[in-house]
Amino acid sequence: MKQNDIMNRLQQMTDENIADIERAKSEGRSVIGFYCLYSPTEMAVAADAIPLTLCGTRNDPIAAAEEILPRNLCPLIKSSFGFAVTDTCPFFRFSDIIIADTTCDGKKKMFELLSRYKATHVLQLPQNQDPETALPLWRAELARYKTIIEEKTGVAITQDGLRGAIHLMNRERAARKALMDVNQLNPAPLPGSRLLEILFKVGFLADKEKGISLMEEIAAIAGNGGLGATTIDRKSGKRILLTGVPVGVGSDKVVKIVEQAGGAVVAFENCSGYKQAFTVDTEKDPMDALAEQYLSTPCSVMSPNTGRFDLLKEMIRDFSADGVIDLTWQACHTYNVEAFSIDEFIRDTFGLPTLHLETDYAESDTEQLRVRIEAYLEML
Amino acid sequence: MTGYYAGYYAGIDIGSRTIELVVIDEEGGIVQSLQADTGFDPIREARRLMNGVSCHQMMATGYGRNLFELSFDAPTVTEIKAHARGARAFFPDAHTVLDIGGQDSKAIALFADGRVKRFEMNDRCAAGTGKFLEIMARTLGYEIEAFGGEALNAKRDLTVSSMCTVFAESEVTSLIAKGEDRREIARGLHISVIRRAAGMINRVSGEGGIVFTGGVAKNPCMVELLKERLSREVLVPEDPQHVGALGAALLAMEAA
Ligand code: SF4
Ligand code: SF4
Repeated sequence: MKQNDIMNRLQQMTDENIADIERAKSEGRSVIGFYCLYSPTEMAVAADAIPLTLCGTRNDPIAAAEEILPRNLCPLIKSSFGFAVTDTCPFFRFSDIIIADTTCDGKKKMFELLSRYKATHVLQLPQNQDPETALPLWRAELARYKTIIEEKTGVAITQDGLRGAIHLMNRERAARKALMDVNQLNPAPLPGSRLLEILFKVGFLADKEKGISLMEEIAAIAGNGGLGATTIDRKSGKRILLTGVPVGVGSDKVVKIVEQAGGAVVAFENCSGYKQAFTVDTEKDPMDALAEQYLSTPCSVMSPNTGRFDLLKEMIRDFSADGVIDLTWQACHTYNVEAFSIDEFIRDTFGLPTLHLETDYAESDTEQLRVRIEAYLEML
Repeated sequence: MTGYYAGYYAGIDIGSRTIELVVIDEEGGIVQSLQADTGFDPIREARRLMNGVSCHQMMATGYGRNLFELSFDAPTVTEIKAHARGARAFFPDAHTVLDIGGQDSKAIALFADGRVKRFEMNDRCAAGTGKFLEIMARTLGYEIEAFGGEALNAKRDLTVSSMCTVFAESEVTSLIAKGEDRREIARGLHISVIRRAAGMINRVSGEGGIVFTGGVAKNPCMVELLKERLSREVLVPEDPQHVGALGAALLAMEAA
């Protein structure tokens, strides 16, 4: 199977997906919209609802969002909100309720406004991961969340239902991880922009099994060398790990510029990528296991956020990265401030310089980014 | 220059405001250096500048480098690497370079062997660039060439707090209205650019001499203030605007 065939199949699944969701809804199933990796999607699955990620990754609705939100705000927040106010995202429209979290300041205040357009429940996410103080709070929040989903869907969430949901979502995450790990090969078989597109689109599929089988298949073929290698450009061919804020189709300009400059983005340490490569413990009580696993998500909204450093260390080694690009969306204070410590850590541990980029979804600074990225690739 | 000199190499730096072309011989000695305004059609200007110039190999740098690559099939290098290489040609021990051009500014730290170690760039707004100084000179009624010299003669430091070109312009207008000395305002504006530049340098390198390149390095007040502010030696090459093009020419030679 060639890479093009894979992409065609994915496109076909994406096209069918809207009809799949409509059918499911007409059969009485609910749709739950999510904005952040901290909310366990298992809860939706256990209530036989369809979880959908609504995180905005496109520039188009930002202008509309700016009629209400300040301009000096993270583009991800503006894009997410813009889709809601312009009613241009089918997945937002399908959602019966929005599950959000108190992550960064911009997002949690945006959710207050978002609740005017759609039923929104905001989980009170603690700001650190302390097992004694933060975890019990989070565990209690999940109990409240469970009740809300039960009320909304009219489905009682049982222990067995949760176990089944964890099992399914663990399989999906394992398939994602296996797909991403394909790029540990040198040269990396999947161009970063393509890998991103697969991960992104699979995230919207109502039928989890479709996505799982596609990802498993690609990983198996790639493991046998069946995908061929990406062309290593004459200029660089350097292996780049992208860390920082979430990226998706439409907000992937940095990935594209790296590729145009001849570099290969081999892995993503962000919540579109490897932050999702975890496994929920199946031995523990399901609610406890979910609380523990999700709270440990290594995002910069946590203080401290030691998990990100550990994850980066592991990934730089496993993916044989030549360089690390740390991406910050404009006005994202948590990732922006953390960039200093990330750079210092990677220099000290690996002797590698990092490139910290701050930008938004617009194309206006493409040439400026290109100079920085090309200069960085020249340095490595 | 006419004719074909097999041993010659050229570097062209296509910036947003000016284009520089430097031709070197096989020893790296400068044979010719030219300059033109970028205008609206950089490739046409580049072609005009290159008219009659022949060389064995060229390399392009600057914002227009990729356009040039398409039209002339020449390899490219970023301004960062080109400036690092060019600065080393003048000062072989250089390990920090500050370049302030018309539209951007950058600070570069080098390893002992000349490779780029890290860099910082400001290119998203005019603040801290030559463009800022140009607009402010005009607001104060100075020729840009005389601006630095006048600022140098100011008796005290006056603070201009706005960094943004638009706000700084109105701040200057109100300072003039308050009857402040024109030269002191000029000096205050220079200080505000240097404050930014010093911040960038400190982020990439903490000590040692600084090679100052780009059009703004010709401004004596900037050079003085930089020395004062950082208590570090500041070295200005003979022809600071041609450093990028020279670097590209040298890299073309070294790649051959
Ligand atoms: S980056 Fe952090 S806050 Fe944003 S969606 Fe991902 S986990 Fe949530
Ligand atoms: S990228 Fe930063 S500012 Fe934007 S939503 Fe995520 S944590 Fe908040």
